[in-house]
Order: sequence, then structure tokens, then C-alpha cells
Amino acid sequence: MSLVNIKTWGKSGAPWIWLNAGAVAASMVMVLGLLLLISVRGFSHFWPHALMEVNVTSPDGSVERVLGELVRSEELASSVLRDAGVQMTGHAELVERHLIKQGNRDTLGRDFVWYLAPRMGEPSYPVHATMLERREWGNFYGYLLELKEEGRSIAQGDALWPELLARVERANAIHDEIRKIERQDIGKVNFRMERLRLDERLMALDPNIPAAEVAQRKAEMAAERAELDAEYARYAEQLEVLYRDVKRDTLVAEIMDGRKVNVPVANIVRASQPNNMSIFAKLGYYAERFAEYVGGYPREANTEGGIFPAIFGTVTMVMVMSIIVTPFGILAAIYLREYAKQGPLLRLIRVSVYNLAGVPSIVFGVFGLGFFVYFLGGSIDELFYPEALPSPTFGTPGLFWASLTLALLTLPVVIVATEEGLARIPSTIRMGSLALGATKAETLWKVVVPLSTPAMMTGLILAIARAAGEVAPLMLVGVVKLAPTLPIDGNAPFIHMERKIMHLGFHIYDVGFQSPNVEAARPLVYATALTLVILIVLLNLAAISIRNHLREKYRSESD
Amino acid sequence: MTTSTQSAVRTHAIGAQLFEGEERQKLVLDDESICLDVRNLNLYYGGDQALKGISLKIPAQRVTAFIGPSGCGKSTLLRCFNRMNDLIDICRIEGEVILDNEDIYRRGVDVAELRRKVGMVFQKPNPFPKSIYENVAYGLRLQGVNNRRILDEAVEKALRGAALWDEVKDRLQDNAMGLSGGQQQRLVIARAIAIEPEVLLLDEPASALDPISTLKIEELINELKSQYTIVIVTHNMQQAARVSDYTAFMYMGDLIEYNDTDTIFTNPSKKQTEDYITGRYG
Repeated sequence: MSLVNIKTWGKSGAPWIWLNAGAVAASMVMVLGLLLLISVRGFSHFWPHALMEVNVTSPDGSVERVLGELVRSEELASSVLRDAGVQMTGHAELVERHLIKQGNRDTLGRDFVWYLAPRMGEPSYPVHATMLERREWGNFYGYLLELKEEGRSIAQGDALWPELLARVERANAIHDEIRKIERQDIGKVNFRMERLRLDERLMALDPNIPAAEVAQRKAEMAAERAELDAEYARYAEQLEVLYRDVKRDTLVAEIMDGRKVNVPVANIVRASQPNNMSIFAKLGYYAERFAEYVGGYPREANTEGGIFPAIFGTVTMVMVMSIIVTPFGILAAIYLREYAKQGPLLRLIRVSVYNLAGVPSIVFGVFGLGFFVYFLGGSIDELFYPEALPSPTFGTPGLFWASLTLALLTLPVVIVATEEGLARIPSTIRMGSLALGATKAETLWKVVVPLSTPAMMTGLILAIARAAGEVAPLMLVGVVKLAPTLPIDGNAPFIHMERKIMHLGFHIYDVGFQSPNVEAARPLVYATALTLVILIVLLNLAAISIRNHLREKYRSESD
Repeated sequence: MTTSTQSAVRTHAIGAQLFEGEERQKLVLDDESICLDVRNLNLYYGGDQALKGISLKIPAQRVTAFIGPSGCGKSTLLRCFNRMNDLIDICRIEGEVILDNEDIYRRGVDVAELRRKVGMVFQKPNPFPKSIYENVAYGLRLQGVNNRRILDEAVEKALRGAALWDEVKDRLQDNAMGLSGGQQQRLVIARAIAIEPEVLLLDEPASALDPISTLKIEELINELKSQYTIVIVTHNMQQAARVSDYTAFMYMGDLIEYNDTDTIFTNPSKKQTEDYITGRYG
């Protein structure tokens, strides 16, 4: 009886539906779980965590005061600790330990320390415990004592905190100005000086210029150089004033072992007393740090500050890649589908193109380095940039070669999608155009290609998704840990294809696995990963909305 | 029986007397000016012969219908008139089709130019997924006409000619895919007549439409024949009887009988024709 029931149940197709639904559910759980993990770990990094003060008693009886953020806790077997030479009292099998970020790397040496829970006293959360985010040496945790201006005491006690905030703000404003001068103004002067040097060298390399002209141009160049030198000197002077200005204030603070520490206010990015903050103040702090992360430049070997250059580099590279891959892929697909004679040779070519999509990406990186960078780039340098040699211009990894390598990598995707799109245009529509006296080319460009633009966009979407997440080949052809300049700036020709760029994917690898301070970098890995995912989603959404717009425009009965 | 019929057709050119036992009416085209003159046309798909020695004259500004069972070659013959068969790689054609004193299969004929003279409407409505206006203007734009005023006039004239103007005049910029099937088919006719061809080929133009749309298309054909030579392929014998002046019956790649429509339907000279018309096969 029940066997019959099972049989009919099997015939009804219900098991298949359950199996399919189960597969979908499992995939959803995995994807959402991943996103949830990196969101929680990534986003919580910017939240001002409470500062915990606790007394830790060592086995020898000495008591140590510790102030810091509780990062995480874990339980481990006490035997493991005993084997590691830790003196243990009590007989519990499992013992809990806490990782505390105590900061003050400059004075204490280590900023992340594990403490065993049984040795820790009752924690307290003092309202005056202060966290200073510094430009160097990571965070400071401690208590403020005194604010000094050029050695004179300015504020103490209750007046200290508001005064400190005002002066930190002032120092940050001066820092912004310094950075503007250094990056933009002096950057521009340097760029023009380099240009001048190259022009001079170019002139020296060309034997055909008459001596009179050489002399005249040299004089002009000398004049320009003098002008630039003067400009540079002026900026240097401004900088000197600013640097002196910013060093005016000093903060005296006490750290937990009782030492008094001088912290230059110029070194403070942000001061906060998390235990004394309302929820709104915390939200504001969060927003401020998040904005700095997205829009700022990295500090401290990429473990602090922002990732703006990496975001910018990734987006620029994907854009350049799209501009290269779209016409190539579409033209190749049109030829393969519409003009090439269908036969064994074409089948072979098509299979090769499809298989190109399966080649490991690092192979493309090697090819890009060998062919694009060294061969093509080297040739370009010899032909067009002889004045800069022996230092290479295009003969070294850079934005253009990274984009070109990725374009090659994603070419099959665009070709396949475009071919599918062309094949899907109903033959009746082609016939309709031909019957009106259109030639094959006219039919193709006026009817078939416009109608397949949604398919081409689909190809581009897939290409972007693949390219934005690719890291391995980029390490060989243009992505670096820290790029001194952005690939697009205010100096002509504005887009600098030869420059090296930063990239979010490589940033994750670099921060997570090449960083000297693993614990400090860990949340940044999650935050950067989250940024990369969001960026890819945004790029895709943009492309998808364009595609949907095109679909609406060329709505055909076949869709 | 079949072979004897075929050889009979091959030896007798159209316009010659067609006897089979008793005397029947013969086709006289003396009063008509001839638009298309097909001379001994053979067409092969690879090794298969699809058209066997077809010869017939299509009179100008009349409606000529091709009828016959599926696969008899009537659509293939129609496509010979604007060389749509060129698109099929394995297709090979012998014989002549004379249009304006020239063989359209002569070497060096501009096929695009020919197709401007011989417009075609297909079985399934195939408007481009563009605006109604752009659909009608497409053929003119191909000829390099981009003057807005000329295009506006031509579009209106063509849409009026296809009896569609009143229905779409307020939404010329809407996507043509939003029209009903019957409207789409009339739009396609408007698109074809916008470039003012001499001949209009209709390949089962109403077979995908409902009865009311079919009626409209048939009325339209009646109006258009004063300006265009119309050749229509149809499966529907009532339709052939209603709209056409001359009818050709084809079977298995042979032209069995060609005569004025009244004669074909009331007094066919061939048994096969009679059997088909009376619905005994096909």
C-alpha cells in the first residue's frame, strides 16, 4: 500500500521539485551567509567599541592594569596552555581567554594581547577613557592629563576635552592643506619639470634641429625651469610654515602602566571617548570613519585610513577594459556569425574562443606581461618615448596593460553572448529588411545589430563581473600595493594609461596576507571584500539598467 | 498519369490551348500588359527539383493568385520574383524572369534595386521593433531620403494606402510591436508600398490573421491593384476566388493550370485542378 503511494509520489514529479527547491535554497543560504559574514565583520570595524578597563593578576602576584577594546573571546583546553608553559591554577579543562586591543604600539610594543579570563578582575568602563586614532603607531588608549601649546599649559581637567577636539580639528584642517599642496600643487610642478626634462632630452636625441634653434629653446627651457623652481620654493616655504604651525600643540596623557606620554596633536586623526558617547554620537562617529574609509587614502602600510585609490583604480580599470573588449568582441562575433563561411575551420575557431574562457587567469597574466608589457610596451617606448629611456613608460606594468589583459580574458564571454544574440534575431526580420532593398550590411547595421544590443550588454555585464573580481593576472600586469598617484588627474592628458594602479582584490590579498599586523588588518579584509562586492553589484546594476532600457526600446516578439 | 500531365505542361506554354478531351476555355492575355514574364524556370534545392519548367505571364495591375497543396512550390516561385531564394546557399535556378524587358537573373543585376521594384509581404507579420513611423520610413531611409517633410508625406501616404492611417495617426512614434496582428500586417504592406514598387508579392498574407483582419487585408488588396501588380500565394481557395483576377494551380513543382479565376473555379480544364478545388485532395 505505502509502496504504491511512494510510486505515485515519484511519478507526480514532487521529489524533483523538492530536490530543485532544495538546491536553490542551499545556494541562497551559502550566498547570503557569505554576504552576512563579511557585512557583519566588515561593517562592525567602524563602530566605536566600548573601552574596558580591567586588572590582570599574573601568577607571580603582580597586577597589571589593562585598557582597551575587547576584540573576541575563545575557549581552549587548559592542557594546551600548560604545554605552552603557562602556569595554570585550578583544574578546569577548558579555559576562556580574551583578545584585547590595548593599542599604544609605540610604548607597549604589542597592540593585541590575549589574557586568560580567570586572571582578569571585574571589568569597568570609565567614561573618561579616551581613544586617539593616530597617524602613526595605531590607536592610543589612556587618560588625558594636560594640553600644551608650545610647552605652555593651556587646559586641564574638564576644560581639556572640548579644547582638544577644537585643536584636533584645527590640526586636521592644516593637514588637509598640506596634503593639497603636496599632492596637487607640488605634484603639478613636478609633472611639468619632468615634462621639461624629457623635452630637453628629446631635443638632444634629435640631431636634425639647427644649433640656433637648440640654443633658443634651451634658453626658453631654462627660463621655464627657473620659473618652476621659484614656484616650488614658494610651495616649500608655505609647507614649512604649515608644518611648524601644525606642530604647535601637544597632549600629555597617561597610559595604563602609569607612564606619561606626549602625543603631538598633529598626530591625532580623531579623538573619542566611546564610553561617554550617546548612540547618536556613535552613529556620527561611525559615519565619519566609514566616509574616511571609502574616500580617504591609506596609511600605515594600508592597515589604516581609506581605500579610495583602490576603488578608483578598480573602477577605472573595469571601464577601460569595457571600452576595449566591447568593440572587439562584437566585431568578432558579427564576423563569426554573419560573414564567415560555416565549416570545420570556423567550428575549430569557435571552440578555441570558447575554451579561452576556461584558461586559468594567471596564464593571461603571464601572457600579458610577456607580450603586452615587455614586447608591445617595449616597442612603444622605443618608438614614441625614447627620451624617457632607460626608465620605461609603457614597457612596465600599468593601467592600460592590466585593462588589455582583462579584455583578452573576458573576450570569449562577450563573443559568445553576442553570437547568441545575433542568432536569436528572427530570420523573418532580416527577410523583411532585405525585401525592402537593403543590402546585407545595411540589414546588419540598421536592424540586426541594434536588436542584439541587449545581448551584447549581457555579455558586457558578465565580462565586468568577471573582470572586477580578477586578481591573479593583475599582479603581473599593473596592480601594485601602493600607487603614488591616481590614473586620472588634472595634468594633461588627464588619463594616464601607463600608471600603476591599486585594486580592491589585490588590496584584500595585500592587507590580509602581507600585512605585518594581522589582527589590525583582519577587519579591513572583510570591509574591503564587502566594498568589492558592493562595487561589482553597482557596476552590474548600471549595466543591467542600460540593458533593460535597450530591451524596452527594441522589444521584439521573440522576447 | 502524372508523368503525362507533367510532359503536357512542359510542352504547352501558358497562353497556348490546354486540351484534355473536351474543349475548355483558354487563357487569353492579349488585352493585358504583361508585367512579369517567366520563361521555363527550373529551380533546384541541391539535388531536388522544386520548380519544373514553369512558364507564365503575370499581367500588370491585376491580382494573380498561386494556389496548390503545401510543398507544391508556389511560395518558392513567388520568391523567385524578387530573388529571395538567393539567400539559400544550395538553391540553383535556370531559366528567365523578365521584368521591364530585362532578365532579373542576368549577371550584374543589382538585387537590392530589384527588391525595391518588387516588394514582398510575408506570411507572419514582421515589423521591425522600431516605431511605426520608422518602420514605414525604413525603405526610404535606405535610399538616402532623410528630409523630414518628404518622409512625413511618404509615411502618411503609405499608411493611408494600407488603410492604417486612421488607426495609428496619433501614435506614429509608438513601437510597432504594440499593434495587433492584422495592424502589423497592414503596417508591413505600408512599409512595402512606401518605396512605390511595381510589383507586390504577398506570401499567404492573411494566414496568421483572424477573419476580420483577413477581410481588411482582402479589401486592401482590391484597392491596391489599381496601382500595383499583385501576386498572392494562398492556401485559402475562397480567398483566391474573392481577390484574384487570375489563378495558377501548382502541384509538385509543376504549373498544372493557369487561367482567369472564374474559369479555374467554375470550369477547370484539368482533373487535378478540379479535384483540388473541390477539396478531394491537397
